[in-house]
Amino acid sequence: MNVILIAVIVLGSIGLVAALILFLAAKKFAVHEDERIGQVAEVLPQANCGGCGFPGCSGFAGACVKAADKGSLDGLLCPVGGQPVMEKVADILGMKAEASAPKVAVVRCNGTCESRPRIAEFDGAQSCRVQNMLGSGETACAFGCLGCGDCVAACQFDAIHMNPETGLPEVDEEKCTACGACSKACPRGVIEIRLKGLKNRRVVVLCNNKDKGAQTRKACSVGCIACQKCVKVCKFEAITVDANLAYIDAEKCKLCRKCEEECPQNAIHAFNFPPRKPKVENVEPAKEQEA
Amino acid sequence: MKTFHIGGVHPAENKLSAAEPIRVAGLPKQAVFSMFQHIGAPAVPVVKKGDEVKVGTLLGEAGKGLSVPVFSSVSGKVSKVDAVLDSSGTRRMAVVVDVEGDEWEERIDRSDKLVTMKDLGGITAEEVVNRIKAAGIVGMGGATFPTGVKLMPPPGTKAEAIIVNAVECEPYLTADHRLMLEKPEQILVGIQLIKHAVNCPKAYIGIEMNKPDAIKLLTNLLKEKAAQYPGIEVVPLKVKYPQGGEKQLIDAVIGRQVPAPPALPINVGAIVQNVGTVYAIYEAVTKNKPLIERIITVTGKSVKQPSNFLARIGTSMQQLIDEAGGLPEDTGKIIGGGPMMGRALMSLEVPVTKGSSGLLLMTEKESRRGEVSPCIRCAKCVSACPMGLEPYLLASYTRLKDWDGCEKNDVTSCIECGSCAFTCPSNRPLLDNIRVAKQTVMGIIKARHMESIAKK
Repeated sequence: MNVILIAVIVLGSIGLVAALILFLAAKKFAVHEDERIGQVAEVLPQANCGGCGFPGCSGFAGACVKAADKGSLDGLLCPVGGQPVMEKVADILGMKAEASAPKVAVVRCNGTCESRPRIAEFDGAQSCRVQNMLGSGETACAFGCLGCGDCVAACQFDAIHMNPETGLPEVDEEKCTACGACSKACPRGVIEIRLKGLKNRRVVVLCNNKDKGAQTRKACSVGCIACQKCVKVCKFEAITVDANLAYIDAEKCKLCRKCEEECPQNAIHAFNFPPRKPKVENVEPAKEQEA
Repeated sequence: MKTFHIGGVHPAENKLSAAEPIRVAGLPKQAVFSMFQHIGAPAVPVVKKGDEVKVGTLLGEAGKGLSVPVFSSVSGKVSKVDAVLDSSGTRRMAVVVDVEGDEWEERIDRSDKLVTMKDLGGITAEEVVNRIKAAGIVGMGGATFPTGVKLMPPPGTKAEAIIVNAVECEPYLTADHRLMLEKPEQILVGIQLIKHAVNCPKAYIGIEMNKPDAIKLLTNLLKEKAAQYPGIEVVPLKVKYPQGGEKQLIDAVIGRQVPAPPALPINVGAIVQNVGTVYAIYEAVTKNKPLIERIITVTGKSVKQPSNFLARIGTSMQQLIDEAGGLPEDTGKIIGGGPMMGRALMSLEVPVTKGSSGLLLMTEKESRRGEVSPCIRCAKCVSACPMGLEPYLLASYTRLKDWDGCEKNDVTSCIECGSCAFTCPSNRPLLDNIRVAKQTVMGIIKARHMESIAKK
């Protein structure tokens, strides 16, 4: 009897003392987290993709709260959630969300197996990064897609896949969140995160080759040869040629598609336009105007 | 028999051209001089289209920082200064010369007469290093590190042993072997010049046992003329790959271990020079001849006439193959360098550079990599790694993009010898992955370094 009593008393008092210490410690070392961080994190997609540039969603939430305290949410965007999520975040923080245009990943290479002949065979580790270290890869183009699918492996949203026929990755625009993981994974910077455009329509130079025209032509039949024709035909000064490569500024582009027709290499592509029925009618008046 | 203590493998030697005397390759019709023939900053072209050049004319001066100049190895007219495909597989800046005749700069002594230290009189150490720098000499074993820089030990260090790398542990290659047999005394003078330049009394020549004729020749020569060439010793080494690695050779010859980077061989008192470099130093100092030609082995199992060529730098690989009996029909892969560390070439238009030690034409059958299967944890790669690393682990970290893990496991110590991939029974591309990790981690370390400098 006595033994049981002693045991209960001893254990009970140890328990009490320990509880007291824990209680005091919890008070003294309590971490005061801004409760808004938790609230913001709750409305984020919790994909933890890092597309925003912060380590995971809670990191982004912390950054949002900090920025809100400074007075502006400028430059902060969750590419996965997009505008709706940013509006929710702004609501919580009592701010106004800046309107941001949705973006999408674009593979700027159209060097399919037919248009870009293979001049070598790579039998090493199937990784674009490995292949990129060994020169121009399997084709003579040192700037285009290497086709090992580092971008596919990097995508968390199952939005980019290799097309076995072309040997190039294709982006599923519905699923793509423009988090930029594929763009970072590509050792050659072929993938651009680009404005989605009005009604998802875009005109893009599908080439990344910075070699001179003659060399590009040897390597690929659909490469940009920097002939400047598109620059001349564009009325909105949206196209620039830098380092032997044309680039269309998505903000300036008015989607007139003249450059697409003009390009002798078929390097310029228009996405999501309705099929071109009135093609002949469209071109002719344009020519008359010019004349 | 001496050798290095950790790891190593025994690939088949295949020294097909060991008995072939060095042949002078024909003059090319057009020579391409890459400005990227060495480690460090590229050379800067100083000629323009249409300029007349002679053999020995400066084409590109040394860039800023770690760099060396590039000289013309032919006479003729500069046809263009532009980006040209080189052995790296990409287009980089180069000077292209259309060859006309064979006119040499007058300052170059073209005679074969042996010049000894005595003939040079009281040449100062500084003058030796300056001539080496001015001649554009780089490490000719393949690493192409500027030699002049190596011969100026940083303050606080002192050279206690010169080690001449005559190991040639790469299978197939015989360029260094033939050089030792044909120019032994020039090499000895070259060694004396290096000893003089860094004020070091002792030099060793490390040679593997598969070159008994070279060992015998040099040992006898040193015995005969002991008074003329003091302090030089031939060290026969057990045959094992990668004994020609700088750190492995230091371990094998003088039994010292170089710590992990950023430590250098000089931190343990050693300076290692390839035997080809030693010969280039001899020619530069005594004959005023810049680095314009080198010995290159063209070999392969189906090559008609495996040969050792004395080729002008800038000659196309195609020409050398033609001179060796043409491209065999069953060629599957063409490798610049040896089979272990060389890299496959994309084109035969690629020119010979300062670091081209060999050209290996692999047959279709040999050139295929085996089918990759899962790692079976046999740890063969661990026992093979001469740097004591764990290749399987590094490759896994790379796959997981765990760069911290790679750095903690000393990925930067990797010498890229390929022993791990060679020994892997599952044919895993270990080195491919480790190279990615090494490059990435070096980038991270550099960025960190720059940041810390910026903070200060």
